[in-house]
Amino acid sequence: MTVPNKPAFVRTEILPAKAPPVRATGITLWVRKNLLSSWLNVILTSLVLYALIRITYGLWPWLANGVWEADSLAHCREILAASGLGPTDGACFAVINDRWHQLLFGFYPSELYWRPILAMILFLGGLAPILFFSLPRSLLTFSCLAPFACFWLLWGGSAWVPLAAIGGLVIAGLAIRVLSKWLSSTLAVCGGIAIGLIFYLIGFSSFVSFAEGIFPLSIQQVASREFGGFMLAATIGLSAIVLSLPLGILLALARQSDLPLIKWCAIVFIEVVRGVPLIVWLFTAQLLLNYFLPPGTSFDLTLRVIIMVTLFAAAYIAEVIRGGLAALPKGQYEGADSLGLSYWQATRMIILPQALKISIPAIVNEFIGLFKDTTLVVFIGLLDPIGVARAIQATPEWNGIYWELFTFIGLLFFVVCYAMARYSLHLENKLRRGHN
Amino acid sequence: MTDVSQVLVASGAIDPQPSVEIVGMNKWYGNYHALKDIDLVVAEGERLVVCGPSGSGKSTMIRCINGLEDYQEGSIHVDGTLLSSDVKDIDKVRSDVGMVFQHFNLFPHLSILENCVLAPTWVRKMPQKEAKDIAMHFLERVKIPDQAHKYPGQLSGGQQQRVAIARSLCMQPRIMLFDEPTSALDPEMIKEVLDTMITLAEDGMTMICVTHEMGFARQAADRVIFMDAGQIIEENAPDQFFDDPQSPRTKMFLNQILGH
Repeated sequence: MTVPNKPAFVRTEILPAKAPPVRATGITLWVRKNLLSSWLNVILTSLVLYALIRITYGLWPWLANGVWEADSLAHCREILAASGLGPTDGACFAVINDRWHQLLFGFYPSELYWRPILAMILFLGGLAPILFFSLPRSLLTFSCLAPFACFWLLWGGSAWVPLAAIGGLVIAGLAIRVLSKWLSSTLAVCGGIAIGLIFYLIGFSSFVSFAEGIFPLSIQQVASREFGGFMLAATIGLSAIVLSLPLGILLALARQSDLPLIKWCAIVFIEVVRGVPLIVWLFTAQLLLNYFLPPGTSFDLTLRVIIMVTLFAAAYIAEVIRGGLAALPKGQYEGADSLGLSYWQATRMIILPQALKISIPAIVNEFIGLFKDTTLVVFIGLLDPIGVARAIQATPEWNGIYWELFTFIGLLFFVVCYAMARYSLHLENKLRRGHN
Repeated sequence: MTDVSQVLVASGAIDPQPSVEIVGMNKWYGNYHALKDIDLVVAEGERLVVCGPSGSGKSTMIRCINGLEDYQEGSIHVDGTLLSSDVKDIDKVRSDVGMVFQHFNLFPHLSILENCVLAPTWVRKMPQKEAKDIAMHFLERVKIPDQAHKYPGQLSGGQQQRVAIARSLCMQPRIMLFDEPTSALDPEMIKEVLDTMITLAEDGMTMICVTHEMGFARQAADRVIFMDAGQIIEENAPDQFFDDPQSPRTKMFLNQILGH
């Protein structure tokens, strides 16, 4: 069928590109488009607005009338009554003013507060080159040493303990390097770990007492039971976060291993650890772990909790990373293999960077959950912020105070968790921009 | 070397050390017999084109040559190295054998230059500077030196495939394997990739190409192999292969791909 009077079309010149039409902007347009676009939208907007106003209206006087200077809850209420207000019309922030040091540091000796603060600064300093790639890579050495310095600052005692711990790692590393000349890389790693463990179990304490005898290098020791408050939550939470990521990566890789033994060990570990509530593992840490350790080793409760929380988190992280590994196209593995890269080279440079990038939101989600889960240690008698708050409530001066303490604690946790969430977003955006 | 190949060497039937030598190779996926009694010798500098319908085992066969797939019977020697389960041997073969995939398999998180520099620096332990020079040399040869700092996702399919070829060449391989390198490309981009491959063939690279580009086979190949149902059905010089196919299966296949 031919269409009459319609000649064939041939374009003789290519159209030039034009600028896009100017989009209407402005706040009124935004409001109309996003808040008032339909009747349903208008109703929802009004409801939300009403709720916001009610909340502010209820909360604002409580905050604004807050009393910051008082000795006790009773004193607080007197001050409120003096200005003609009822006992619930104003907050009693004086409790935070009075007890902030306990909420932050527990019963850590007050003249030593500088140590946890310095440890925190060192920790953040060590974290910076890991979090921000633009910093010089040489700073990573500092990142590796900072955790040991933090340990020494927090617990005190002989500096030879962290030094010996570093020594053990160096020994294991050297052993792996030497053994890999004769053995396959997997066997060499196993051998190196075994030699490192032997050093820790047999040589460690004698080395420390020997070195301390020759060249004492001690600062005042602080027992774990004096740890408390937000510092305890941060110590447990941040240690577990830092330790669980590498462990989780190894577990995820082990679960994908071609070697059945390694694979099944990883599967059993992950499933058993995930299948039991954290609180049970914490009780295990409190009660049982000492039975499994060689007699005579008294192992600090906080350290035991850190180990348990780390293992628990690692199992979750491993599963998250396994998801990332599974999401990678098979071609990436084959591309790396076909170039002759070894398993570890391919894993480190091709597979993990991409798998971790996929898993970032889920990993950070795990970390945030883990950090808040540290409050569970209150059940095994450790004075985390909640435990300290309860202790404060039990004193005669502050008996009956709730909201102010928990608001403060909530705020502390929120700051840390929100920072993690923002960093996660920053990293996602940065990596997306890097390679679409 | 296996007994069979020793006999063949003694009788002068093949070169003392062919690039690739497959003898009596069989492969199963579970119970499925994927490759049946494959015997294939590729001389140094030879250009071989492997064609056949999908599922005929042609990709599986060349993937066996650099150990991406294992095999259960027979032997594969690459430059005299037996491919077995020994990881060190497999890694050695892989570093000497370049492979180009249908879906390019570039590393999306690394720039073009980093893609090319990675293996030479880590596998060949080449200094960074030298590896970069070599990478730029090969990127120039595939005509995309100006894209070196972009990421794979920013290039067209044809450009990505040429980068993939350059990345393999940076390892200065003795053999190049091509696994349907143009099948995922738009018609406009097929030519640029084929041109690159023809240049490579003219330079005397040993090449084994699984491809349906019959024009390329005629122009660049020394020999064409037709596979079906996991076996080599026919093997001939390109002109005879296309003009006078012997097996009815080959005739049917050629009719289907050339006669529409």
